[in-house]
Amino acid sequence: MPETIPLQTKQKIRDCTAQGLIYLAVLLVSAVFVWLLTDLVRGGIAHLSWAFLTESPHDAGRTGGIASILVSTLLILLVALITAIPLAWSTAILMAEFVPVESNFGKTVRFSLYVLAGVPSIVFGLFGNAFFSIYLGLGFSILSGGLTLACMLLPILTSTAEAGLRAVPDTYRLSAAALGISRTAALIHLIMPAAAPALTAGLLIGVGRALAETAALLFTSGYVDRMPGSLLDSGRALALHIFDLSMNVPGGDNAAYASALVLVCLLLSINILAMKLAYGLQRRKIMT
Amino acid sequence: MQTDRLLTGVLRAGAVLAALVMLLILCFLLLESWPVLTGLSVFRFLTDASWHPLEGAYNLMPMLAGTLLASIGALILAVPLGIASALFIVFFAPLHLASIYKRLIELLAGIPSVVFGFWGLTTLAPLIGEWQPPGASLLAGVLVLTLMILPMITITAYTALAAVPKELLQNASALGLSRWGTVRGVALPAARTGITAGVILAAARALGETMAVLMVAGNVVQYPESVFDPVRTLAANIALEMAYAMGDHRSVLFVSGLLLMLLVMVLSAMAGLLEKRRYA
Repeated sequence: MPETIPLQTKQKIRDCTAQGLIYLAVLLVSAVFVWLLTDLVRGGIAHLSWAFLTESPHDAGRTGGIASILVSTLLILLVALITAIPLAWSTAILMAEFVPVESNFGKTVRFSLYVLAGVPSIVFGLFGNAFFSIYLGLGFSILSGGLTLACMLLPILTSTAEAGLRAVPDTYRLSAAALGISRTAALIHLIMPAAAPALTAGLLIGVGRALAETAALLFTSGYVDRMPGSLLDSGRALALHIFDLSMNVPGGDNAAYASALVLVCLLLSINILAMKLAYGLQRRKIMT
Repeated sequence: MQTDRLLTGVLRAGAVLAALVMLLILCFLLLESWPVLTGLSVFRFLTDASWHPLEGAYNLMPMLAGTLLASIGALILAVPLGIASALFIVFFAPLHLASIYKRLIELLAGIPSVVFGFWGLTTLAPLIGEWQPPGASLLAGVLVLTLMILPMITITAYTALAAVPKELLQNASALGLSRWGTVRGVALPAARTGITAGVILAAARALGETMAVLMVAGNVVQYPESVFDPVRTLAANIALEMAYAMGDHRSVLFVSGLLLMLLVMVLSAMAGLLEKRRYA
């Protein structure tokens, strides 16, 4: 039939074009990713050394290292996690184990966290400045930065933990109940250990988010690059250090490259670890 | 049992606290912007001559335009690339390549905005500057934002496409549809709601993004005449001026934060409704 042959070739051409375009897009994205990474490595590797990690910054960060910055970052992270984890995990346990999905209480809490997840980080910064720094009088300090970050981490920690708990098969709960174990004991000895990899993965994702954060810390934990003496001192986070070096310090590019390389390496290893843990455990739910 | 009751009580307290955080944020934003919301007419944000906060001129429109233009530009670039990436992973790539590419996208999602901004500042902006000075421009902002929202669009589109029932695809090939025919005629329509929800979430992310845009977009308050003109977004404005803002100026910054949050909330509510419809 003479008419079907042109149609088939037309289809073939269309298929090939579509496939070609898709491959092109993928190639483009991969190329840009590789470009970005090689740029960072090339710019940062020369300046990176053991001394860079163990010395404090001098001359606004142009020389010296990032030791005090790393300490501040770690302290901010610890404050954020210590505050956020109890709240997030108790919410997750309640939602997954005790409260029906359709109850009003569950719906309200879930809606509130859903909205919170969408709040832009600069708005968290404004809130943190108004509430923690000024209203509670914590000033520009590691504590107010960490508490602001804790608010930011609540939704992601809760949703990953809830997904992890829900992934534990119901047979566990039923068997525990059949054996007359209280729900508390079942939770502590059975369900939490079973969900531990998912909980850890969620925790690592949260750590990644916290390390990457800049805008929320701008007016809460402040700019000071000295070694912090207490939680009420101002301390500069690593991401903020990169921002400051590249925008406000002429000649700070080398140190900024090296700091960016440190940050990206940290985040990549944390994320890879999280992926490994989450793999096979409701992976899709946890990663998105 | 008593321990159970105790535990539920403790957990409930934690959950209530977690839920209250959102309310607290809203309250404090409102409280801080109250002097301006009640003292100044809302129309001043639209009709003041310019943005000169120290002289009491508070026109937010150029920055709102900058925010919207940067986000729309990023969506125009990132949506086709993201959907193509998701199609590649689900339908076109050999299995091992698909998983490698998916990993790569997930890692791209983990790169912090300040690093994207830094890269844009040291690499992209000078490149654009050689071609069309000054380099730090709307275009640079759009490109950096594209990279930042691309993983989000890809991952949500992938999730939606992977959830398309196998029978649909098998029926399509049984009817003799070609691969692209199956994708366009069956898979994409079936996954449309999920993909749209992802795009809306990405738009929300783009609107609220601060650091990366702040570092590459040039931060001049103006309506851009071309993509090579520098712009300032609302979020970048907050980050730039918060440090020295006092009185009404500070309140106006909180108003712009509130505005940004409302925009984002509307978008994420839309995405939430779509998701709900998908599972209904």
